[in-house]
Amino acid sequence: MCDTCGCNVTHGNAHLLKPGGRLSKTASGHEAVSVLHGLLDANDHTAAHNRQHFEQHGVLAGNLMSSPGAGKTRLLEASIDALRDKYSLAVIEGDLETENDANRIREHGATAIQITTGSACHLDAHMVHDALHQLDLRELDIVFIENVGNLVCPASFDLGQHRNITLLSVPEGDDKPAKYPVMFRTADLVLLSKSDLLPVLDDFKPENARRHLQALASSAPVFELSAKTAAGMDDWLNWLHAEMAALQQRTETLAAEPA
Amino acid sequence: MHELAVCQALMEQVESIAIEERAQQVVSIHLGIGPLSGVEPRLLEQAFYVARAGTVAEQAELVIESMAVQVSCKQCGQLTEALPNRLLCGNCGDWHTSLVSGDELQLQHLELIRQTQEETAEPASHQQFN
Repeated sequence: MCDTCGCNVTHGNAHLLKPGGRLSKTASGHEAVSVLHGLLDANDHTAAHNRQHFEQHGVLAGNLMSSPGAGKTRLLEASIDALRDKYSLAVIEGDLETENDANRIREHGATAIQITTGSACHLDAHMVHDALHQLDLRELDIVFIENVGNLVCPASFDLGQHRNITLLSVPEGDDKPAKYPVMFRTADLVLLSKSDLLPVLDDFKPENARRHLQALASSAPVFELSAKTAAGMDDWLNWLHAEMAALQQRTETLAAEPA
Repeated sequence: MHELAVCQALMEQVESIAIEERAQQVVSIHLGIGPLSGVEPRLLEQAFYVARAGTVAEQAELVIESMAVQVSCKQCGQLTEALPNRLLCGNCGDWHTSLVSGDELQLQHLELIRQTQEETAEPASHQQFN
C-alpha cells in the first residue's frame, strides 16, 4: 500500500473520506489530521528495498514459516544437498537464541547468516536488510529466510521475499490453517512436512488440511513431503525450479524495458 | 506479542506527524484494524499505554475501529461478510473469493491541538483525495 495512488483507500475506510465523513472535522473542536498510512509502512518500505536488491541480482528469496519444530531446517538441509550442482544457496536464519541452525546449514556447505532476535518473536525487514549486507548476492541464486518458528507474528511482516513457504508438519494436526488463518492466508506454497509419519499419525488427513486452506480462499499448492525419506521432495524442487525460471523471465523483461 | 513492535512503529508515525503539524498534544489516535491483519487490538492497547509515556501522545486516547471481513466472489460477483477462517462467498458458497476488507492495519487519523491558533494556515489533511 502507498499513500500516493489512493490504493490505501479500502472498501472499509472509503466512507471516511466522503464529504461530511468523519475526517473532515471533529465535534470536540480539535484539529483532525487524516493519515491513512499502514502501521507497518516503514517495514514495508525496507521490504520493498530488500526485494529490489534480490531482483537486481536475479536472486529468488523464499520466506519459510511454520511453528517451531515443523522441519524447516531439515528441509533446507535436504534442499541444499539436492540443489548443490544447480544453484548457489544461502540461508538467513532467525532464532531467538543460538547459532545451532546456522551451523547445521554451514555443515551442508551453504552460507548461513544467523539473526538472533532475543525476545522478538518474528523477523522484520530491517533485520533481513542488515543480514543482506553480509551476503554477496552476486554469487547467489536462492536465499531462504528461515523465520522464527511461530505461526502468529511472522505473518504480519513483509521481509522482501518473493514467496512465502509455510510448513505444516503432520504431528501438528490438520486443522492448523483454520486455527491460524492469518499465517496460512499468506502462504504461496504449503508443505505438509514429516509425511513419513502419516501412517502412524493417521488422524492427520491431508485432504482436511487442503479443505481448511480452501476455506481461506487459498489457491496455494499443497505438497506432502518428508525431508527424511525424500518422498515428495521432487514436487518441492520442481516448484523451486519453476519459481526460478519465472523470476529470471521477470528480471529479463525488466532489464529489456527502456529506463 | 509482535503488537509491541507494531506499537513502536505507530508511535514513530504519530510523533513525526505531530512535529509536521506543529502539534503540542495528540488528543486521540484512530486506527482501523481487521482481524486478518494478525494484530490483536487488546494487546496493541496494552502496548500503547506503555509506549505513549513521555511522548506528545502521553494523554492520547487510542480508538480502534474493528474492520469487518468482507469478500468479493469471483463466481457470482456478490460482496458478502465472512469469518476470518472461512472466507467463502456468503451467497453461493464458492471459495474463489478475494478479500475486500478485513486485513487493515492502518492509522486513519489523529486529533491534535496545535501549538498556537495562528499556526493553522496549513490544511488539516496533508493528503489529497480526488
